[in-house]
Order: sequence, then C-alpha cells, then structure tokens
Amino acid sequence: MTGYVARDRRWQPDALTPAYKSSLKRSPQAALISFPTTISEETGPVFGHDILGPLDADLIHNFAADGASAIGPRIIVHGRVLDEFGRPVPNALVEVWQANAGGRYRHRKESYLAPLDPNFGGCGRFLTGEDGSYEFRTIQPGPYPWPNGPNDWRPAHIHFSVFGAAFAQRLITQMYFEGDPMIPLCPIVGVLNAKEAVEALVASLDMTRTVPMDARAYKFDIVLRGRRQTAFENRPEGM
Amino acid sequence: MAQKLTHLRESPSQTAGPYVHIGCTPNFAELNGVYPQDLGNVMKTGVVQGREITVTGTVFDGTGTPLRDAMIEIWQADAAGVYPGQAGCDPNFTGWGRSAGDMETGEFRFETVKPGQVGFRDGRMQAPHVTFWIVARGINIGLHTRMYFEDEAKANAIDPILSRIEHQVRVPTLLAKAQSDGHYRFDIHLQGPQETIFFDS
Ligand SMILES: [Fe+2]
Repeated sequence: MTGYVARDRRWQPDALTPAYKSSLKRSPQAALISFPTTISEETGPVFGHDILGPLDADLIHNFAADGASAIGPRIIVHGRVLDEFGRPVPNALVEVWQANAGGRYRHRKESYLAPLDPNFGGCGRFLTGEDGSYEFRTIQPGPYPWPNGPNDWRPAHIHFSVFGAAFAQRLITQMYFEGDPMIPLCPIVGVLNAKEAVEALVASLDMTRTVPMDARAYKFDIVLRGRRQTAFENRPEGM
Repeated sequence: MAQKLTHLRESPSQTAGPYVHIGCTPNFAELNGVYPQDLGNVMKTGVVQGREITVTGTVFDGTGTPLRDAMIEIWQADAAGVYPGQAGCDPNFTGWGRSAGDMETGEFRFETVKPGQVGFRDGRMQAPHVTFWIVARGINIGLHTRMYFEDEAKANAIDPILSRIEHQVRVPTLLAKAQSDGHYRFDIHLQGPQETIFFDS
C-alpha cells in the first residue's frame, strides 16, 4: 500500500506565531510525533450529491428572501481541487464561509458595527466534479477589524474547508483577492513563512469566466496532499 | 542548479478562525434555513453492529481554559475494524463525526461505536482508536491526534504507534477513560504539563 506524501512543515505555518496572539496559548509545544500514514489516515468520509440543496453553491440567494439577493459586488469563484501530483480530486466536499460586503459575519459573538445584510447568511458548499473543478457564486466580502494588535484588519477573504479522498488530505484555509493592499499587513497571512505560500492563497481575477453585466470571476485552485505511487515496495503488505 | 520539479505544493493552511461554525455547523451557529441539518452530528443512521459508546471531552488551552470556538472531527472504523466505504462495512455507521462543542462549556460529544482493530502497514494490528482533528481560532493548521482506550491495555501495549513514542510518560494523554458503562472521557490539552500528543502523519 502506498501512503500520502508527508506534509512540508516548513511550508505550512508553525503552531506558535506570536504576532497572531491567539496562537500563543493554543499551540502545542512538544514535537509532533511522525508516522507514515496508515489506513486510518488513508480513508475518509465520502459525501454524495444527496446532501446538497439547489442553492448551496449560491451565497447570493441561499439565505435571501424570495426574489431578493445579497448586497455587494457579485462574483463567481471557480477553480480545481488537485493533489500534489496535479491529479484532480473528484467528489471533494468543500464548505465555504465569509463575512458580508460590509465585513460583518452573521454570528452571535460578532460585534463589528457594520450592519448585517438581511439577505446574506454567509455559508455555502459543493462537491468537485470528475475533473476536480468547482464553482460557486457569492458577493465579495469586505475587510474587517479584529482584536489582535491595536489596529489589525483582515483582508477580504473567504474561508474554505476541504475533504479530499482521505482524512490525511483534510485542510482548512482562506482565499484572498488579487491586488488587495491589506494582505501583507495581516498577522494571520503573516504566519506563512514563504512569499510563495501567500501567493498560493491569492485568487486571480479571471475575466474569461466573468459573466457580462452580472458577475466578475476569480480563480482559486486548491492543492491537497498527494498519494505516492511507486512500483517498488520493499515491505510485505498487511492490508 | 538542477531540473525543476513539477509537483504542486499543498495549499497552505490558515486558521479556521472564530466563525468556523458558520461554515461547518451553521444550524448550531443559529444560521438556520440554509442546510436542513449540520453534517456529522449523526454517526449511526440505523441499527449498528457492536458496542455503542458515548465519547465526551473538552479542549483546553495552555491556561486551562476550555475552547468554546473549536470544531472537532473524528474518523474511525466500525465495530468490526472496517472503515466506512470499504467492502463489508457496517451500512448504518458513517465513521465520521463533527462537533462544535457545547455553546456554554465547549464540551464535545459523539454518539458512536467502539471501533475494532485495523491493520498497520506491516501487517501488525493497531489498537482500537479514533482519529481526532481539531481546528479553532489560534490554531494555524488542524491538529491531528488519536484517542485510544484505557481499557485496551493489552492491545495498546503492542500498538505499533503507541509503542514507538519516545516519552512513554505522555501516552496516557491519548487514552480515553471509561466513566461508566459505555461512556468514555477524552480531554485534549493543547499546551501545558498534560499536553496531548499530536501527530504528523
Ligand atoms: Fe474570517
């Protein structure tokens, strides 16, 4: 049996990143214990289209009153979910959540003074196609202030939760928008060590997928861990 | 200089943030009417095989304060040691659970079955275990751990992963304790003297 490629822990953020203050008391201090993936990591839940409703991938309408729609710049976000070898990951469940166009989340613990939009909830979900592709509709979220430093603001972003074919591929990340000057100022973006890692989370404006007179488009590809394929196995296989 | 590798790099992780419940358990977050129910809150979809158990626990930060904004997911084999999706699995068991924790206390709760043993890469058997994955504000990349069972001492002693842990004194951080018949407690400490073992696999 072939396992999943080890995570590159220099590319991924450290647990302890003092500029992001919440990490101070929530970061394990001991070294992670490493072991090659086993069947427990190489399997994972499978989701079917039966869980999806017709508006799940349309955040403009999935919380709106009949005939109404959410306020804000209308966008389509599309891309592919691939593994590290460039192979598409089909049937991946992706869940997204975001603030409204004013930067306000619909949540009881949220206290930002920007108003709620009665027609915007802020969550959506979809499954990738056979070629790993996906697409959803939403409004561009606004930047918002958050308690960290005395004047920290999140760049506009959409949160993504992704299930691949195995629990080893489980990932939560955030998508940013090309050209946003807030990106380099953000301590959460700043947990990434490499400039290339930040770029990997910035969606490109994609005029080819824009729907004229309706919505602009952004392209955001997601890469999950790859499964090794080798002709050479030098150990007896148990499973 | 050398040839460039054409592999892609895994997308970098970013924290799930304080509002992960909006996206993953919206009904829990009082965002009703978008999805009929939150995924992962039912693991038994009918009559299941094996011993039914309840697992509860709390995730604590380095000051001993419970996390109330975490999301905890579990993944496990069925009672016979078969993962859902594989041939012969229990058709009424999903193997996957997701909990937002209690709104006030942060305590998570899973109604599940005691997993059977599954194989290791070399053919040895692993002790019964449940994979845990924890995300929250302040956690930059999801934390992976495993819950084993304190009352499986024999299997635990020869488990290929538990037995290779250098600091054996930390192994009890991975053991669920039986509270009463069918109820196990598994607290997770992100930091401090009782820090749970986390894995990189
Ligand atoms: Fe956010």
